[in-house]
Amino acid sequence: MIQFLSYLVNGISLGSVYAIIALGYSMVYGIAKMLNFAHGDVIMVGAFMSFSATQYWGMSPMVSVLVSVVVCTLLGMTIERLAYKPLRQATSLAVLITAIGMSYLLQNLALLIWGANPKSFSSVVNIGTLSLFDGRLRITGETVVTVLANLVIMIALTLFTGKTKMGKAMRAVSEDRGAAELMGINVNATISMTFAIGSGLAAIAGVLLCSAYPVLMPTTGSMPGIKAFTAAVFGGIGSIPGALIGGILLGVIEILGKAYVSTELGDALVFAVLIIVLLVKPTGLLGKKVHEKV
Amino acid sequence: MTQTKTPRTPTRMVPAPSHGIIPERDLNSQPVLEARNLGIEFGGLHAVEDFNLIIGRTEIAGLIGPNGAGKTTVFNLLTKVYQPTMGTILLNGRDTAGMNTMQANKLGIARTFQNIRLFGNMSVEDNVRIGLHNQVRYGMFSGIFRLPAYYRGERQMHERALELLSIFDMQDLARHQAGSLPYGAQRRLEIVRALATNPSLLLLDEPAAGMNPHETEELMENIAKIRDKFHIAILLIEHDMNLVMGICEGICVLNYGRIIAKGTAEEIQNNPVVIEAYLGKKKEA
Amino acid sequence: MKKWSKKLTGNALTYLLVIVAFLLCELSLSGAIDGFKMSRSLKGQLVPICVYIVMAVSLNLTVGISGELSLGHAGFMSVGAFSGIIASQWIASAFPGAELDLVRLLAALITGGIVAGIAGVLIGIPVLRLRGDYLAIVTLAFGEIIRNLINCVYFSLDGARLHFGFLNPSLPGTVFINGPMGATGVNKLASFEAGFLLVLFTLAVVLNLIGSRSGRAIMAIRDNRIAAESVGIHVTKYRMMAFVTSAALAGMAGALYGVNYSTVQAVKFKFDTSILVLVFVVLGGIGNIRGSIIAATLLTVLPEMLRQFGDYRMLIYAIVLILVMLATNNPTLRGGIDSLTAHIKKRSSPAPETTKEGDKA
Repeated sequence: MIQFLSYLVNGISLGSVYAIIALGYSMVYGIAKMLNFAHGDVIMVGAFMSFSATQYWGMSPMVSVLVSVVVCTLLGMTIERLAYKPLRQATSLAVLITAIGMSYLLQNLALLIWGANPKSFSSVVNIGTLSLFDGRLRITGETVVTVLANLVIMIALTLFTGKTKMGKAMRAVSEDRGAAELMGINVNATISMTFAIGSGLAAIAGVLLCSAYPVLMPTTGSMPGIKAFTAAVFGGIGSIPGALIGGILLGVIEILGKAYVSTELGDALVFAVLIIVLLVKPTGLLGKKVHEKV
Repeated sequence: MTQTKTPRTPTRMVPAPSHGIIPERDLNSQPVLEARNLGIEFGGLHAVEDFNLIIGRTEIAGLIGPNGAGKTTVFNLLTKVYQPTMGTILLNGRDTAGMNTMQANKLGIARTFQNIRLFGNMSVEDNVRIGLHNQVRYGMFSGIFRLPAYYRGERQMHERALELLSIFDMQDLARHQAGSLPYGAQRRLEIVRALATNPSLLLLDEPAAGMNPHETEELMENIAKIRDKFHIAILLIEHDMNLVMGICEGICVLNYGRIIAKGTAEEIQNNPVVIEAYLGKKKEA
Repeated sequence: MKKWSKKLTGNALTYLLVIVAFLLCELSLSGAIDGFKMSRSLKGQLVPICVYIVMAVSLNLTVGISGELSLGHAGFMSVGAFSGIIASQWIASAFPGAELDLVRLLAALITGGIVAGIAGVLIGIPVLRLRGDYLAIVTLAFGEIIRNLINCVYFSLDGARLHFGFLNPSLPGTVFINGPMGATGVNKLASFEAGFLLVLFTLAVVLNLIGSRSGRAIMAIRDNRIAAESVGIHVTKYRMMAFVTSAALAGMAGALYGVNYSTVQAVKFKFDTSILVLVFVVLGGIGNIRGSIIAATLLTVLPEMLRQFGDYRMLIYAIVLILVMLATNNPTLRGGIDSLTAHIKKRSSPAPETTKEGDKA
């Protein structure tokens, strides 16, 4: 039982990271209608920035996270400006391939800068481990911080999109870009903002991911990226609570699957659950159904 | 198909009998379409309600009504693009409940679309060949390995396609790209494609939209010609009153999803309810 | 039918291109002409090039002709590779001493195609209920599931008896498919000539399919599903037909790939490979079969040619990819290129041609 609880906690922790990454996918998909495959690699860049800041430049962990967020935010905006903005009118497949190219670019740049050898990432969290049930259930500081960070981000984003002018503009653009433009909303600025937020969050996710799983390589971001994207679809792409639910469910299924079914089949299980959900509810758990006009 | 033309009476378009009482005029031939109490609801909104209609074997009927009255929705119900939430549709006497668009087409209903839905990247002839899909058949393997059935089938399709295109004198356009045709020609091509499926009932959704008066005049003649040549029934949605009043033997007026009047052109034109709901509104605008 | 249409000319050109390229390679391989020789590394790329051409052409059937974005094409490739290896190894073990290389190669290709086709049916049933991006994500998921499952599969041969196990079993005889270690001790059966014939076969299947009644139905569904249904086309049947044909061809490509190396691991067929093939298709032009062939060849050779750049080669590859996408898809740049090509085309063809996908192949 305690064993199960401990797996569950790990699952929620991993799921929280997925949820934060999924937010980036989901927001960008909702507003720019594109699959930003480079998003997973922004996570990796974020983790590497934090790593470099602490290891090479001697910054404190907190400052390093800040540096990493700033760098990734700028990186996200730059990528959008250079590679995606010129393709606003292009087919979604063309944008997808460009995003894949961007993903290769980031991975190979990282390879040149930081090398192919795995780096051991030292955790940015310095809270001790929480012991419950006479020490039988141990919850690491990383887990606590990850889950809290996830909740704070979710609440903040919900408030942001619901209450602020910029947030409302984002929702309007995601609903109908043309109409939003006619209402005087600066669509380009809104999309840029979305990339900025998504990439900033990716940096946080990267740091948290590597604090819990401390192996850092240029390809670190790609698998969590794909899984987080799956999580976004799972929960209903374009929806903030959907990303939260999708991410956490995915993390829990993955950890429990690996623990109780088989280590090799953990990922297969995650994807199998995704397929079943999409077959039952083709637009994800919280997705909206769209009607086709004839 | 040498059916003697019975004189069409206005009573043909009265609501369908619901309890198996067959009116006199339908005793000699089964109607091609019979819709009983047809209705559909979109999230509580009754887009079409209590729709009853009988169309005879070779009748040309019109469905009119102000914008948003639910005319295209009726077409979508009849062709099973939407599944009705109420009522029954009988096509050539067979209940279409549970069928999809493809099966309805195989039962003999073909249509055109208000916003043209051609296969724009393909040639005019290929569009018609796609219409002939179920008329000239050969298997996937014959196609891939170019067996004799392939050559036979393709030759047959080619001949049939040109024959059908000649109705509108379009055989010379066969190799042109469908999407590059002028608007009027695209509408005509859609009719040809629908005819290629060998229907017994043809639904035309605003066939004259975007056509000039001369083209409309020609279209009217052609619609009558198609009926006479193929012995099929035609139901059309149209805003051009000259066309509707000119060729429709029966007219059905829809407003807010309900039928408000049925009858001949003369009756409709003099019907106060129609004038109020339909023509009256036009005067205000 | 008598007239030599533009479509037929295009197809003939595609075949001609492949045949001429093959003959040039053969000429170069024979060393008959001095200074016209292939480097060793390029020689090693010949079979993979054929494999990737088949992969790209078959994926184009799904993405370009049928209009469904598939992100799991490598899954079918791996199914084909491993089932092909099993078939060829079994024949070798069942008939020891016999000289059966050609039979084994054929058996591998046919088995690979059939098993991948069956996988295509099984996956197609759920996948084709979805549309658009959701369909794409589910194909991705299936690709990953296949890879995960193959990682847990064990096969061994005890004479003519084939043993199968799942998740760390102990099997009698020689284990030749060993879970995450992949297939080991595979005899190299593939040759450039076999690859060339497979490419021709694939081209014939795909191009003939496009030009037939079934192909028109598939493209009609892609262009306008509702209109296609309204003329009585069975949407699920034809989407399935395209999907399964595509899967079977990918399986054959996988089988050829599998018997080209002495060891093959499932990792080879992960998501990146699916994406790589998709890049070939998109860069070559969606729906454009000839483009897929050219793109698959160039992009397989490109990393080899960039070898002199050392560590920078994948970086350059990525930059080239992005720049090509920007150049071909940005409206301002595209407009310039289009007006240029239109200017050149003006003399050769009087009929207006659009640059949209579908009828170029």
